[in-house]
Amino acid sequence: MSDETIDDIRGNSAQPVEVSSLWRDAWLRMGKNKAAMASLVLFILMFILCFVTAWFCKDPNAVSLTNKFATPSVGHWMGTDALGRDLFARILYGGQISILVGLIATTVSVCIGVTYGAVSGFAGGRVDATMMRVVDVLLSIPFLVVVIVLQAVFSEWSSDTSAWIVKNWKWDKTFTDRFTNIVPLFFALGLFGWLTLARIVRAQVMSLKVREFVEAATALGYNKFRVLFRHIIPNTLGPIVVYATLTVPSFIMYEATLSYLGLGVEAPNSSWGILIKEGANFMETHPELLILPGLFFSLTLFSLNFLGDGLRDALDPKASKD
Amino acid sequence: MAKFILGRILQAIPTLLVIATLTFFMTRMAPGGPFDGEKPIPEEIKERIEAHYGLNEPLHEQFLLYLSNLLQGDLGPSFKYIGWEVSELIAQAFPVSAQLGLCSLAIALTLGLPAGIVAALRKNSPWDYVPMSIAMIGICLPTFVLGPALILLFSSKLGWFSPMGWYSISDIVLPSLTLGLFYAAYIARLTRAGMLETLNQDYIRTARAKGAPPSQVVTKHALRGGLLPVVTFLGPAFAGLISGSFIIESIFFIPGLGRFFVTAAFNRDYTMVLGTVLFYATLIILLNLLVDVIQAALDPKARTQ
Repeated sequence: MSDETIDDIRGNSAQPVEVSSLWRDAWLRMGKNKAAMASLVLFILMFILCFVTAWFCKDPNAVSLTNKFATPSVGHWMGTDALGRDLFARILYGGQISILVGLIATTVSVCIGVTYGAVSGFAGGRVDATMMRVVDVLLSIPFLVVVIVLQAVFSEWSSDTSAWIVKNWKWDKTFTDRFTNIVPLFFALGLFGWLTLARIVRAQVMSLKVREFVEAATALGYNKFRVLFRHIIPNTLGPIVVYATLTVPSFIMYEATLSYLGLGVEAPNSSWGILIKEGANFMETHPELLILPGLFFSLTLFSLNFLGDGLRDALDPKASKD
Repeated sequence: MAKFILGRILQAIPTLLVIATLTFFMTRMAPGGPFDGEKPIPEEIKERIEAHYGLNEPLHEQFLLYLSNLLQGDLGPSFKYIGWEVSELIAQAFPVSAQLGLCSLAIALTLGLPAGIVAALRKNSPWDYVPMSIAMIGICLPTFVLGPALILLFSSKLGWFSPMGWYSISDIVLPSLTLGLFYAAYIARLTRAGMLETLNQDYIRTARAKGAPPSQVVTKHALRGGLLPVVTFLGPAFAGLISGSFIIESIFFIPGLGRFFVTAAFNRDYTMVLGTVLFYATLIILLNLLVDVIQAALDPKARTQ
């Protein structure tokens, strides 16, 4: 512990060293957190499984009515579903969609939230009051309700977009469909997912903007844009990273919820939400169809949540309670 | 305090107006209309029906008409449930959702609070690790996995409860358990964090130094501050309990508001969607206000702000 303190003091005297040492310290602290490291490894494995291994799997949409509900075998590692489709391939392809939705929607909402919150906090005064009022209004709209309405609005547009891409760019239709299908979800989740983050960033920026280094940067004649994006925002990265890591699982959950309600990814494409929904139909006779996708889903969420907790403890040692 | 509450209620009016406007135009942007069924009806009849509901007027006039009706407390007729007013449908479906939500909240609080408090008091012991690990699993297990799993266990295997429906009083057990366990997990984690932070405060040390019995330090001094994050969470939690019930209501076939809303969104039942959204939004605004009032009662610092 004493080494770290000395590092911190040294870092404070030389700006560039401090930035790298905060992250190095965090990384060292995180390395000691076994649960967080195990979660990181688990998530990377899951990612590789879904995005690399999946390409070598069977076609997840190949129906084989003679081979329904097959038990696990060499050909079908996890057996087949009600239409004789390979369950393992469907889980991996479903994971692609679920993880992509989580990552992209988080990126969208982080971009919006950070910019919005930073501008609001930095501008202050009437601009800040107006911008925060907008956030308050949006926050009092039930999130899932809006996502459902937006999803209903956008979902038909996505099939038009898909048709356009297939026609003009000559992409494979099933491939294109699989991804244009989830674009509405990015919009719906990204458009409303940034509100809390904007508030967090705003509070951070407000406390940072009165600090000496900002005054120094202003005194050096940098314009406001540069001061905000080069000097203030990098200092808020810690909470942003933590929040983003914890947002990914919640977006994955939303995707699954919407797909489960029939408002997300459309059949025959799979996502973890769809697989769980399909599995629930046959749970009395073939519980593995519910349990296996549920297991993959929960493990991913589990690892991301632990990772977020670990990152929080690592980046903000004061906040960690133990 | 009265001024604060009145101010917040007045602020809610423009908020609701914005929500009504957004939802109105969003639902109208969606392709298809409420009377485009799978079996197409003759054009003439469709036009007549649309004229009956005023759907042939220009969009802005429809909007103004809707607003003026809304200000008189009239949510309009449902397009899909012929002969029903939206307000009647809500009045019938909401008590079901509310019952379910309150039961789940009760389960969440009775399980989550003690677990969090014990975990904080016995930090880094099995009393901490075991409940917190279970809580983490609870957060990662979506309701639509837990729900079917509970049905599988308690109704298919053990036969204690009926798997779905809303007929007898025991039908509320499985759905509210499914919904409540998830929030219990969340509340346990929040309580633990809040309690740990409070237990480190100087005034707790003072209380201990002055010889207050340990149980009193916890119940009288620490709980008050430790529960603040939980109270803050209750506003969004209640919103979650309501919207979470979309899933629960469709798993367990419960005739609550969530199911009506999802069906309405599918069917382009414009008035029903709008009415439900406004109803939910009002509810959330009121609950957030209630949370702020409770918070002010618990935390002297919030009172002065």
